[in-house]
Amino acid sequence: MDIPYTVLPRRDTGLYNAKLGIWLFLASEVMLFGALFSSYILLRVGAYPGAWPHGILNVPIGTVNTMVLICSSVTVVLGWAALKANNFARYRKLQAITIVCSMMFVCIKSYEYYDKFTHYEVVLKDGRVIDGHLIEKVGGGQMVNGVRQHPESIILHGVEFPAEMKAAGMAKVPLMERLAGEHGGHGSHVEHKEYTIAWSDTARVQNYGPWHNTYLAIYFTMTGLHALHVIGGALVMGWIWGPGAKLWKTDPERYTNRVEVSGLFWHFVDLVWIFLFPILYLL
Amino acid sequence: MSLKAFHVIFITSAFLLSAFLGGWCLLEFSNSRRVGDLLLGLLSLAGSVGLVVYGRYFLKKLKNIDYF
Repeated sequence: MDIPYTVLPRRDTGLYNAKLGIWLFLASEVMLFGALFSSYILLRVGAYPGAWPHGILNVPIGTVNTMVLICSSVTVVLGWAALKANNFARYRKLQAITIVCSMMFVCIKSYEYYDKFTHYEVVLKDGRVIDGHLIEKVGGGQMVNGVRQHPESIILHGVEFPAEMKAAGMAKVPLMERLAGEHGGHGSHVEHKEYTIAWSDTARVQNYGPWHNTYLAIYFTMTGLHALHVIGGALVMGWIWGPGAKLWKTDPERYTNRVEVSGLFWHFVDLVWIFLFPILYLL
Repeated sequence: MSLKAFHVIFITSAFLLSAFLGGWCLLEFSNSRRVGDLLLGLLSLAGSVGLVVYGRYFLKKLKNIDYF
């Protein structure tokens, strides 16, 4: 028995089933991301004046990732157009580029995450703050009663801030502003050098993971969820491009519709990034 | 809404982002005087022009496909 309306539109909706289904799904996705964007706005307007960090993300890397996603959207739609023109070989090439772009995006995002997870802020017992990237952890690391032991010392490449900044209560503000110079944002360039810090001298050691501050928590939540969507979209498109391509021989119109539906999802994912990039990297 | 219509919305959004990024980078350059900011700003503005050109090409190429 044939499944109805896989190719032709229903008279009541004017859409074939899969297109109606994807738009309903995208409506739920709008609510999901809408809630997160609303959370971001509330967290940001609720922060103390001047306390919201700026410039701790790398704008050129974010721009490259944005370009990669825009390119992937172009290739996905041109691939669909190629199928509409009955040119399967061209579709295959264009969709392969889309899948490569999606993998590039995930790789670049992973690099950005790695950069944050190896970026440490160390508060010393005398109040000084050393902020920089981890070079090495010396000693320690062994498991004792199921607990991993601290290293004896850590070596960072970064900058040092005087104790008065921490004592000022709003230490994060000037720190972030000075870091902006380091990461390609506004502000002046800060000279970096290597620091070897004994663990016994530290009061707090924390990397720039989601636990570091509210900004990074919402950054990792939103970009992590978005990256999962990119991976999911790439898997679906990869399946349609590879094993699922047999359908082209038996039912080309239905296959073209599948490509359109996956393309709609992909455009939604890319559109989310078009909004994520300026709010997280620029504003 | 078809993929064609969604793509038009997407390219319009990408154009707006690219123009905004260009302006943002040039504003940064006016404060920092860093060549990187200037290059990224000019590249973004060039990208926004490129997106307009591509948009026109796209509409011409897919004129036989409807928006729904």
